[in-house]
Formats: sequence, structure tokens, C-alpha cells
Amino acid sequence: MGLALLVLIWLITFFSTYFFIAKTWWLPHGAAEAAKWIDGQFALTFILMGIVFVAAQVALGYLVWKYRERPGAGKVQYSHGNTTLEVLWTGLTAILFIGLNLMGSSVWAHERFEPAKPDAVKVEVTGMQFAWYFRYPGKDNQYGTTDPKLMDPSAGNEAAIGLNTSDPAAKDDVVTGTMYLPVGREVAINLRAVDVIHSFFVPAFRFKQDAVPGLIIPMHFTPTEVGDYEIACAELCGLGHYKMHGMVKVVSQDDFDKWIAQREAEKQ
Amino acid sequence: MVAQEAHAHGEPQGFIRKYVFSLDHKVIGIQYFFLALSAVFVGMFLSLLMRIHMIWPTASIPLIGEIKPETYLSLLTMHGTIMVFFVLTTAPQSGFGNYFLPIQIGAPDMAFPVLNMLSFWTTFVAFVVMLAAFFVTGGAPLHGWTGYAPLSALPSAGPGEQLGADLWITSIAIFCIASLMGALNFITTILDLRCKGMTMMRMPLTCWAWFVTAILGLLAFGVLLSAGILLLLDRNLGTSFYVPLVVVNGQIMAHKGGSPLLWQHLFWFFGHPEVYIAILPGMGVASQLLSTFARKPIFGYKAMVYAIMAIGVLGFVVWGHHMFMSGMSPYSAFAFSIMTMAIGVPSAIKTFNWLGTLLHGRIRLQTPMLFAIGFVSLFVSGGLSGPFLAQPLLDIPLHDTYFVVGHFHLIMGVAAIFGIFAATYYWFPKMFGRMMNERMGQIHFFLTLAGTYAIFMPMHYLGLAGQTRRYSQFTEVAYQAKLIPLQTFITFAAIITIAAQFIFVVNLFWSMFKGRKASDNPWEATTLEWTTATPPPHDNFAGHIPQVFHGPYEYSVPGAPRDFIMQTDPAGVTAH
Repeated sequence: MGLALLVLIWLITFFSTYFFIAKTWWLPHGAAEAAKWIDGQFALTFILMGIVFVAAQVALGYLVWKYRERPGAGKVQYSHGNTTLEVLWTGLTAILFIGLNLMGSSVWAHERFEPAKPDAVKVEVTGMQFAWYFRYPGKDNQYGTTDPKLMDPSAGNEAAIGLNTSDPAAKDDVVTGTMYLPVGREVAINLRAVDVIHSFFVPAFRFKQDAVPGLIIPMHFTPTEVGDYEIACAELCGLGHYKMHGMVKVVSQDDFDKWIAQREAEKQ
Repeated sequence: MVAQEAHAHGEPQGFIRKYVFSLDHKVIGIQYFFLALSAVFVGMFLSLLMRIHMIWPTASIPLIGEIKPETYLSLLTMHGTIMVFFVLTTAPQSGFGNYFLPIQIGAPDMAFPVLNMLSFWTTFVAFVVMLAAFFVTGGAPLHGWTGYAPLSALPSAGPGEQLGADLWITSIAIFCIASLMGALNFITTILDLRCKGMTMMRMPLTCWAWFVTAILGLLAFGVLLSAGILLLLDRNLGTSFYVPLVVVNGQIMAHKGGSPLLWQHLFWFFGHPEVYIAILPGMGVASQLLSTFARKPIFGYKAMVYAIMAIGVLGFVVWGHHMFMSGMSPYSAFAFSIMTMAIGVPSAIKTFNWLGTLLHGRIRLQTPMLFAIGFVSLFVSGGLSGPFLAQPLLDIPLHDTYFVVGHFHLIMGVAAIFGIFAATYYWFPKMFGRMMNERMGQIHFFLTLAGTYAIFMPMHYLGLAGQTRRYSQFTEVAYQAKLIPLQTFITFAAIITIAAQFIFVVNLFWSMFKGRKASDNPWEATTLEWTTATPPPHDNFAGHIPQVFHGPYEYSVPGAPRDFIMQTDPAGVTAH
């Protein structure tokens, strides 16, 4: 029984660790500035926790086998513990856990404490059951007002978010169902939801943030590679949650300028 | 002593007073146990339907038919709610705690037997109301066990959000009331009814775990109750605690000025301590069993007690780690994350002490011990994904993915269930007078340990690859469609593991009637429940109140005639 337990615990440890190390399934290729920092902190955490995981499981399997009751087993050591050891592993664990956390905090500060730079590309992201809409402020770099009374989800785009077309600032606003972004530039998004909570999750950007009704949440990220990236809603929002899917198309600055000009022209 | 006499009640005659509306903590404990057993089978069946639907979405299931995406969300909502409230809160604390806490501290019953009966029957009503949600128009709610507003607050936000959602929140509110009654009873019993010589620091670690769990329950369920009442008001009386101005499918809702984050703060103020409510009794049982079956005193009893207390205190200041991505201030996130990392420290202390207990022991690998060892393995595996999620930075890619699902299932689901299994195999002889079958127990253990790892470890890989939670289909998002083979593997592992649970059920009922007769102390353990008859008489100790002379873990004391010294044995422990 002791041997069977050792074998099972060690096998579980081996297979669990193997698929992590082999990266059979792993974080998708990072395509935004934060990816390298987040992946670095992830790797560090993974190595440290991995060592503890393997050590603890291997020790558990070994102890169970080694000290199983059997003829000729050694004497039981009568002991109520060891205070020095308790203090030692309390201290070490505290340093490991808290230290690990502090190491990642500067990146968190960069991502969430600091606002976007003034020259960032502005996009407003709106979530609703079960679609994402993206609004660009146009040449005036000003978002026009929206009005809940004007919202018509079935009409899509400008009408879906209730864009108030009588507002001069709204005239050049462009609303789309696919997010276009220029590569290598910081993007300042304002995240909104009109009905329930949604969550804007772009795995390749290592970006996620809930969109909450009643709040406008400013966030920023910087795409670094041209390509198409999927958006998946990460907060349960109703029966269509699983298909609240969107795309981010990261293109060159030229292509981006051409695209937005063309959309402006279509609106007129 | 005065308190003990005040609540004393004669042995009831007649079926109803003896087995239905019983005041006896042992009968109530068994009632809770069977309530949890029924609930866990409902919850498990729901998870089976979910796993089948994910892989074969168009499959028609006998009597149920085809599962639609909204049905899938109802299944996951009810699975989570039933498992958390009616299994993980009910079995280890209300079930085993009720039965064994008074006996382990040498009391004839709980401090308030009538309150005890009321808390069980209130829980029962809550369970019936919860199940009723399946059968009303629109079906069960789809807002998940966390019930995030505004989804949970708006009847028009989806199917199941009408009467089903009202029943859901009503059931939870009733459950909160029952839990508050139970918590109060546990705390009073421990503080007032310990027998002579049973100092706090001589209590078995199970009692410490039940004690701290009861305190957590007293502080947490009151908040959830209030939160639930506010949600009912938002839903039915037009208040706006949680709902700002929103437009659902083009219709402006009649709400203004509420905050969706308020619900999350209140819910998680309960929800995180709830994790410890589920796992602390399991930790107590694991400690008890590792010492008993390794024939060795628990390593660092005091450290274990302090660790339980530290977990209890810190458990109340970490709730914000569920909300890193919610729109909460990123500065708060930083503070919550430090606290969360800190709570890893007492958890690690406990693990070290469990390993230290095994070292140089003489380990009897009977079924209860197998599950206790399984508990330690799962606690380590589920615990170590915590420091990933506790860092807000790493929570960005991992939040609301299968990584989280794998993490909490391993630790508060499977590890807690292993604690329940360990307790069942360990105390069954005392409760029913017969031994459970060892061979069936071993097969059940090996299949369940391998099976649960096969289900929940791959979920971490899915989460890394960006698989979001609560998706009824994976075909809509291209990168997720590539992960379907791993999902299929998990479904097969789940089917096998679920099938293996029937071995347990057969063993349980077969042993109840046909098992080998148990002696009074079959495991040669030291605590008070093993000093009394099997099963214990109505007042636990047949008119005699025990006196305690030792701590609970005096195993293999040098010079002692046997390798264990009962807590009631007046002979001294010399070596110390």
C-alpha cells in the first residue's frame, strides 16, 4: 500500500510538472508590451512554486512509503515538534511569498497606477449582451455624448451605443465591431458596459479588465506586433457569454490612418 | 457545569422525536451528513451534465433532452451553489462537527439543542427552496454561484433570472440564518461545555478547526444575508443598491445610482472566509488522522493552533483578490495581494507540520489515512497555484479562466471532499457501530485521487492558454477550439471519477448493515469519542462526565504500556 501510494503521488507529480515544462499548453504568444514583463514574473513564480510543489509531493510520497508500518520498522520518534524549525519555515515562507509579490508590483504600478500618455490612441470599448463596440473620437480627438434613450442594439455600431448625432463632437466619431489599432503605439481605452458586467480579455496582449455598468474605466496597453488577435468575454454576462467574441486587428500606422479615413468618409 | 445541567434533556421515545425532530446532536449530525450526501449527488450529476454538454453539445440526454447554452449556465450556477453551501459548508462543519464536537470535549450535547434542531431544519428548507428553482417557469438562474449584479438583479437579463433567481437568493438567505444559528451554538458549546481538564490547548485540532470555522461563519453569513436581502429588494421592490442606469436589449431599466461593485465587496467579504469554512474542518481532520495513524504526536500542536487562528483572521482581509479585474482601485488590489500572500504562510506552516508528523512515524495505511494523505497532496497542489492568482499582475491573464477553476476545485473542492471522506471512513465505526470495507475504500481512494487530478490539473493548462470560464461551447473562439481535445480528456476523466463514487456509496450502505462489528476504539486513538460506547449512548458518556488529563496526541510515549494514552487516562505522560 505504501509503495502504491508513493508511485501514484510521484506519477501525478511527474505528469503535472511535465506538461507545464513541455509547455504543451501555454500562454499564447505575447503581442503587447506588458507580455514580456508579465511572462517574466509568471516564469519566476512558476519556477519557485514548481520547486516547492515537486519537493513537497516527492517528500510526501517518500515519507509515506519509508515510515509505513511493517515488521522491523524503526522506533517512532516521540516528539511534539521543534520551535526553531517552525520559526525558520514561517520566516522563509513569508519572505518568499511577500518578496515574490513585491517583485511584480512595479509592473502592476506601470499597468494600472499610471495613466496613458497624452499622445496615446483613444478608443472607447463598450460591452453589451453579446457584442463589443469600439469608438474612435475622430479628428477632434473628442468623444461625442451618448444617450441611453438612443441605444438600439439591433441597428449596431453608432446606434447600438446610442451616439447622440446632434452633438458636434459626435459627428466624426466612428463606431465599429472590430477593433483596429496601429502597431507600436500606446492605446488609451475607456471601458464601458451598458447592461451587465462584461470583461475585455485579449490573451495575446495579457490584457483583461471588467467593463462595469455605471463606470468608465480608463486603461492602456501597447500592441507590439501586427496581426489579428481574439477578444473573449471573461465575465459571465448571460446566455450568449460564450459567443461574445471580437477581433483586434493590429496594423501599421499607415494602414490604420487609411482605415479610419475610409470609415470617416463612409459616415458622411 | 450549570450550563450542562440546564440543557440536559431525557432520551426521547417515539420515532418523530428520536429521528426526525431530534434534539440529540448525534442524530442532527447524521441528518446533516445525509443532507450533504444527497446534495453532493445532485451537484455531481449537474457537473456530469455540464461536462457532457461541453463536448457533445447536441447530445440528447434521457429525460432531460438537449442542453441549451442557458441551461448549461443554470447547471453551473446550481452546481456551484449546491456544492459550496449544502456540501462543503454542511458536511464537515454541521455534520461531523455536530456529531463529534460535543463528544470530543466531553459534553453531553450541544449548548442549545433546540437551536441545533432548528438550524438543521432551516437548512433543509433552504435546500428544498434551492431545488425548487429548477422546476419554476424559466428554470434555475444563470448568473453563476457568485451572482454578480446587475445580471442577478435584472429579471430581464436572461432566462432563469425571474422566479428562479428569487428562489436562489431566498434559499441562500435561509441558509445564512441556519448557519448563524449553528455558528452561535458551536462557539458557545466550545467555550462553555468543555469537561474538567479539557483546556483549550488540550482540544483536538478538529475542535480548534470547528471553533474557528464557527467564528468565521458567525461573521461572514450575516454579511451575505444582508447582501442577499438587498438583492431581493433590487429585484422585487425597485431599489437600486447594485444597479446603476442600464439598458438591457434597448430597454432602459428603472434603476439608477446603484453600484455593481458593492455586491462584489459584500459577496466576497462572505465568499472568501467561506473558502476557509469549507477547508478548515478538513485541515482539522487531516491533522487528527495523520497523528493517529502515524502513531506519533502532531508536529507543532501550538503552531497548528496559531496557524488556524491566523488563517481565520487573515481570511477576512483578502476578499479583494477576487476583484483585481473588477474596476476596484489598483491600489487596493496591491494591499489585498500582500494580505493574500501572507495567508499562504500559515497554510505552508500546516503543510510542513503534516510532513513533520509523518517523519519517523509508523504509518498505518488504512483507508481514513489514505484520504488524509490525499488531502495533504491536494492541499499542496491547490495551494501552490494560489501565489499566481494572488499577484494582481498574474491575475490579468489568469482571472476568470480555467486556471482559477482548477485552483479552487483542487483546494476547496476536492481537498475539502477528501477531508469529508477521511472523516467518514474514520468516524463511521463510531456512528454506525460497524467498520467500512477496507478493500472498497482503497479502490475508491486510488480511483478518486488519480481521477480528480486528471480532471483538475489539466484545467490549469487550459487557463494558461486563455480558456475562459463559464463557456458552454468552445467553438466560437478560434484559439479555444484548439483546446477541445484537452476538454474531452477532462470529460472522460470526470465520467470515470464520478462512476468511482458509487463504490463509496455501496460501501457506505453495505457496511451500515453488513460491515464487521466495530470495537469501541478500532483505530486505537486517544480522543474522548473513543472512550465511550459504539455507537455512543444518548448523553454520550452514559451518565458519567469524563475528566481529561492529557493533550489529544499522546502516541508512542516512551515507557507507556501501549503506543497511545487516552486523554482520560490518569497515568502521567513523563517524557515531554
